Amino acid sequence: MRILGLVIVILCGSILIYHTSDFPDWGHPASPASTHVSPYYIEKALDDTAVPNIVTAVLADYRGYDTMFETTVIFCAGIACFFLLRITRRMEPSVTLYRHLPTGITLRIEKGGKEPDDSNIFKRIDTQWVPYDLIINTTCRMVIPFIQLFALYVISHGHHSPGGGFQGGVILGASVILFAISTDLRTAISRMSERLGAFLSATGVFIYAGAGALCLVLGANFLDYSALAPVLNVNSVMARSHGILIVEIGVGLAVMAVMIWIYYNLSSAGRHDEGL
Amino acid sequence: MSWQLDLIVLTMVVICGIAAINIRDLLGAGILFGAYSFMMCLLWAVMGAVDVAFTEASVGAGVSTVLFVAAVFRTTRRTKD
Repeated sequence: MRILGLVIVILCGSILIYHTSDFPDWGHPASPASTHVSPYYIEKALDDTAVPNIVTAVLADYRGYDTMFETTVIFCAGIACFFLLRITRRMEPSVTLYRHLPTGITLRIEKGGKEPDDSNIFKRIDTQWVPYDLIINTTCRMVIPFIQLFALYVISHGHHSPGGGFQGGVILGASVILFAISTDLRTAISRMSERLGAFLSATGVFIYAGAGALCLVLGANFLDYSALAPVLNVNSVMARSHGILIVEIGVGLAVMAVMIWIYYNLSSAGRHDEGL
Repeated sequence: MSWQLDLIVLTMVVICGIAAINIRDLLGAGILFGAYSFMMCLLWAVMGAVDVAFTEASVGAGVSTVLFVAAVFRTTRRTKD
């Protein structure tokens, strides 16, 4: 069976590779991709939307409907992970570990034992993987604000440089995941709860679809941001530029929240008590 | 980038891809996928698709590796086949 599978894979692969010789050369000016709509985007994107980065203009304006459903797909991925993995009933662990912070001594408390009440001195730690590394903690604490600042720059500067809602949202989510890894999952959840994650991921999709629906209300087509000009008090070209920024913020919010949400569910196997 | 470097990176992509499906250690497979994504990111950047390269670096090499590691941490490190 393995031999048969290998033969089929090699056959299909060689057929595919053989037919790539019929493709036009990379970047060929006469290829179908470069002759149909690309010249319009390259010549008119700056005049139409005042966005120098053509990729952003195509992604969020000309092909905004696609991007809206990409965001919806990411939202659905978060929802699917939640329904597959999340365990809502509380399961009391048989053993809990506490660290006495001033001395670093670890307390092991069996089920039914008395839990320490002063949370400033005793800190609950994971049972499986218990790092206490000053260097990692301090480095992450110093690096995370700059990662988040860079993520905001990527989202807001997507008009002029590579980047946009997806990349910025992923980096913003990665900063929270880094915080969860460097401390522990409970600390991260106390800062950014699951409820907030679910709310933000839905809000991001709502911002995107709401911007489109607002255009519809103002008498233009769905996601035709030039209709937002009277609302934003700018001309119609700048309104498209600002409309792109609005939907990028929505995409960034949704992607960030979904990444964190999936990480919470995956790393704790849906229990949200102990994790990586 | 000169075509020699291009070829080296492309070979590394193929090697990482084959190694990731052959390796028995699932954590190693996750790390190899991260390396694969990073090499692909270099190739996208060489071909001028900087936005795609950025997405590949952040999603492919960054978050998806973390999600793989988290999934391996919660399941098993050894594959059965």
